[in-house]
Amino acid sequence: MSLPLEPQAMVVVGAGPAGLCAALEAAKAGVPALVLDENDRGGGQLFKQIHRFFGSRHHGAGKRGYEIAAELVEACLQAGVEIRLSSTVLGFFPSGELMVDGPQGVYLIKPGVTVVATGASEKSMAFPGWTLPGVMGAGAAQTLVNVHGVLPGERVLMAGSGNVGLIVSYQLLQAGAHVVGIVDIADRVGGYEVHSDRVRREGVPVYLRHRLLAAEGGSGVQSVLVESMEEGTIRRFRVDSLCLALGLTPLAELAAMRCCRMVFQAELGGFLPWHDREMRTDQPGVYVAGDTAGVEEASVAMEEGRMAGLSAAEDLEMLSARQAAGRKAAVRHRLEGLSVGPYGSTKLEAKRGVYCG
Amino acid sequence: MDLRVGEHPILGEMGRGRPVTIYVDGQPISAREGEPIAAALYAQGIKTTRYSPLSREPRGPFCMIGRCTECAMIVDGIPNVRTCLTPVCDGMKVETPGRPGP
Repeated sequence: MSLPLEPQAMVVVGAGPAGLCAALEAAKAGVPALVLDENDRGGGQLFKQIHRFFGSRHHGAGKRGYEIAAELVEACLQAGVEIRLSSTVLGFFPSGELMVDGPQGVYLIKPGVTVVATGASEKSMAFPGWTLPGVMGAGAAQTLVNVHGVLPGERVLMAGSGNVGLIVSYQLLQAGAHVVGIVDIADRVGGYEVHSDRVRREGVPVYLRHRLLAAEGGSGVQSVLVESMEEGTIRRFRVDSLCLALGLTPLAELAAMRCCRMVFQAELGGFLPWHDREMRTDQPGVYVAGDTAGVEEASVAMEEGRMAGLSAAEDLEMLSARQAAGRKAAVRHRLEGLSVGPYGSTKLEAKRGVYCG
Repeated sequence: MDLRVGEHPILGEMGRGRPVTIYVDGQPISAREGEPIAAALYAQGIKTTRYSPLSREPRGPFCMIGRCTECAMIVDGIPNVRTCLTPVCDGMKVETPGRPGP
């Protein structure tokens, strides 16, 4: 059986903040860029972010995530980028070809250069009842409520007090759910104070030094058992939804399949493709950006995307080394600005571990 | 149970797609055109999307981004369709794989 084969100068897998910025930067340098995404809209996970971002103006501070997503998509289209939606990349072969399952069927693409910007997926954890319907990722609940307008349940328990756990708890409250509590095994709240203050003001208790024991129910979650690490007491929460905000792990299967060397960095979410400061992997013509290259924030994903797009344009000889160096210096400067503070500096250390790994 | 949000303080009125009917294991349920099958089911309180092949335990959507495959159902006769990514259309027939007999 032979499949149709389509040549392309540059393919970006993933239409999130990293992928769109990569395509945009390359398109500005004159590279015809094609973005593939399995969702039916572009913007990646920005589309479910309804809170205002903070940080610098360059990264859309003051805007809501879905507004930033819409602007990026629009800028790409203006620059001549083609965004092909409802198109799942099934494989990225050592030969360099991509296998795509799109609305018209399965076909192959032979790209000159490829940026893998497939994002991340939520981590899970095994405990009795973890497979019951009603147990889902906090990001999944966020998608359900903010994109599709459906609550994950009427009464929700959140596990994990990082930014995702805090923000999603608040957004579930906004949408009308009852969040009965946030539990975390740590002795302090993981996320920013601004987010934890918000949920506390709404009267949501945060149970620190508590751990999940079990989710109970027949055909779905009816209650969750939580144990206090200090007193050993067990509390039963009557809920129909348990959301797990346990962190993210890079989605890097395509890069691994393409034989990119993988490295492990716990602070960045686990295994990810080795890459240099300019987002090149060890495979010529293959670049990574965003959460695929280590889980960080959307602003970092955008800058890494720009960097990958510049490297791709340079390697396609659409930018001179000198032009590329100037633009990359500006991106690097902004990336350094994002890595200040205890959170950013931990990530920066981990990134350095990747570059040297 | 109806888990639809309706009016949202930031997003305004949600779920404005045209009402359509889909059939889940033969039962009609109302859905909104364009929303993913899994969301339409959840809105009606249907959280089980498949049963595990050996122990026949219920499973439901976990990631909603097409990765975990817990929401894979039989859609218009096609098995293993990720219902969190697949939009509903009027008259669609959805079956729950591994559903224990009566």
